[in-house]
Amino acid sequence: MRETKYWAWHMAAGIVILVLLGLHMTTMHMGGLTGLFVSHPGEEATALVNSQARDARLSFAVGYIVLLGVALFHGFYGLRTILFELTLRPLTEKVITIVLVVAGLGLFGLGSWASLAAHARAIVPGG
Amino acid sequence: MGDIQHHDNRLGIWGWLGGGRWGPERYAYALHRISGLGILLYFTMHIVVTSLRATGIYLWTEGQLFDNVVFKVGEFLVFAAFAYHACNGIRLILVELGLAVGRPFEPVYPYRTSLAVQRPLLIVMMIVAGLLLAGGGAEFLRH
Repeated sequence: MRETKYWAWHMAAGIVILVLLGLHMTTMHMGGLTGLFVSHPGEEATALVNSQARDARLSFAVGYIVLLGVALFHGFYGLRTILFELTLRPLTEKVITIVLVVAGLGLFGLGSWASLAAHARAIVPGG
Repeated sequence: MGDIQHHDNRLGIWGWLGGGRWGPERYAYALHRISGLGILLYFTMHIVVTSLRATGIYLWTEGQLFDNVVFKVGEFLVFAAFAYHACNGIRLILVELGLAVGRPFEPVYPYRTSLAVQRPLLIVMMIVAGLLLAGGGAEFLRH
């Protein structure tokens, strides 16, 4: 039952990622076509001024953290599912789960801190 | 009780790489996993690199490493993996929720499979993925 619940979360996370990562990809890789969230149209979406302009917006900082959380869950749960299909011993399964949870939480902590710190730096003139 | 013969029928990783008689959906499944693992690998590196901006380092704006052809091709492959994984993922969710496999019917010979019912969805999603690739590819070529 618990695995069914996790699988439902995995699918729901996929839909959230579709929206947020779709926006991210459209901004970063199709910005020339759409002009979406490009604060300085003369510059590339990946240019320093546009990167800092995005960091200065709280909505982007929050969006990055939400995307980070759902993408890490979706990715690591997907990896766990693939590994578990290889018919492993229960102890190996437990170790894999612990490693993936620790790695996921670690990356989530790092990315969340970076988003908030970059936002704080970007809203300070000359930061 | 007769002796039970044990066969080594564990196919492991090779089990999901082969399409066999399952048709294009089986290859779509294998490619979904390969693209997913590729995205996950990139994503973990992406988190580390983009986290440097907390210290004021926007590594991707500094040229050199990120401006060479190999990196650009790699970046396009990530975009391609995302486009495919997203489009095929939508199909998988619709199939999982029973929205694209038709109504249940009595199994009367000659048997029909629900794979054929959802196949138009597979084709449509692959066309959408192709269009995204074309759009994203044009943007990459522009640089």
